[in-house]
Amino acid sequence: MINKTVANVQQACNGVEDGMTFMLGGFGLCGIPENAIAELVRLDVKKVTCISNNAGVDDFGLGLLLQKRQIKKMISSYVGENAEFERQMLSGELDVELIPQGTLAQRCLAAQSGVPAFYTPAGYGTEVGEGKESRDFNGKMHLLEHAFNAQFSFVKAWKGDTAGNLIFKGTARNFNPNMCGAAKITVAEVEQLVPAGELDPNQIHIPGIFVQRIFQGEHYQKRIEQRTVRQRQ
Amino acid sequence: MLDKNQIAQRIAQEVKEGYYVNLGIGIPTLVANFVRDDIQVEFQSENGILGMGPFPFEGEEDADLINAGKQTITALKGASYFDSATSFSMIRGQHVDLTILGAMEVSQNGDIANWKIPGKMVKGMGGAMDLVASAQNIIVAMMHTNRAGQSKLLKQCSLPLTGVNCVKKIVSNLAVLEIIDGKFKLLERAPGVPVSEIQQATLGDLIIEGDIPQMKF
Repeated sequence: MINKTVANVQQACNGVEDGMTFMLGGFGLCGIPENAIAELVRLDVKKVTCISNNAGVDDFGLGLLLQKRQIKKMISSYVGENAEFERQMLSGELDVELIPQGTLAQRCLAAQSGVPAFYTPAGYGTEVGEGKESRDFNGKMHLLEHAFNAQFSFVKAWKGDTAGNLIFKGTARNFNPNMCGAAKITVAEVEQLVPAGELDPNQIHIPGIFVQRIFQGEHYQKRIEQRTVRQRQ
Repeated sequence: MLDKNQIAQRIAQEVKEGYYVNLGIGIPTLVANFVRDDIQVEFQSENGILGMGPFPFEGEEDADLINAGKQTITALKGASYFDSATSFSMIRGQHVDLTILGAMEVSQNGDIANWKIPGKMVKGMGGAMDLVASAQNIIVAMMHTNRAGQSKLLKQCSLPLTGVNCVKKIVSNLAVLEIIDGKFKLLERAPGVPVSEIQQATLGDLIIEGDIPQMKF
């Protein structure tokens, strides 16, 4: 087995530079690479482009990078939970490209699977389609969308092994598997890192070939954005 | 005039045996509370679950288990989890039978606007553009007028569009309407609401044929 483990998040983020494009997994605060985000804050890389479904909240997730004005551009589908984000966007400090969520996922998948572009009906006839090539298939109009091009993917899984194989948990899976292998270097952080051979090959969601670096994450906060409960009868 | 729960209750009647249903944020989320329990239905949430259950009991919340509104949820027996690309394969590939979502404006040719108010609110479209571009069966849950009393059922949307020619049915606080041949067709009125009130609240072309029955609950 090829050993993909690195000792810590510092080694995992080796090579990260100003101006790069990053992919970051997660939906809201669910399944975000908390350790990598903390390290990007510590490294203070600037003028980065972040591809992530959401932009965190004011004091957690990508909101931490926004606070320090590290992000030049966000590519997301929904950014409603972050006041600092809105302020930077409306003042023009932050460039924002909002794209349909399914298109976002598919652009990740296209990058992962070596498909340079694809057609989707999402956004046709809206401002998302402005300036894009469109084409009729079976009587319906579609937009041409391109694969992302990023230097690093930062993903978070529940379990992983030293060969880089990953297993996700619940809805913390979301964009994480689609971003694996979709950038030049994929960095996976896991709650439980085990020796190769301990995970059942039948249960693996992402094979290690899509992962270049894996490390045991620490101090997960796993914040809940909207705590909704029902009363016991 | 219906309240939000009653709108959800009326829409729940449109949910049929064997349907996979995607519920948007807001009133659509409430629909799950009113679906008959003698039919088999599965709710999909586009962040990656099929077979979504009710909110968890206090103390049983799981940060790794949320819906697209970022609320803590539970998974029913037989549920499945999947990645975002797979989720939108279900949606784009028309495997989801019914999509219920909210709207700021709907036009009489079925255009919908629900993601952006220029200069005011720019939160993003989330999965709404994918949903409306591909779903065969879309029901919009909305208030007939805005807070200023102006119609939200228009000849043409004034806000940036989410999708074109896609809405089939609308359930508002005043009425159930269908979109046919580029017009709103009045199907049912809310209990106690006269047709004249619906006419007044609808800026788009409205077709009224014969007696309009009241909604049944």
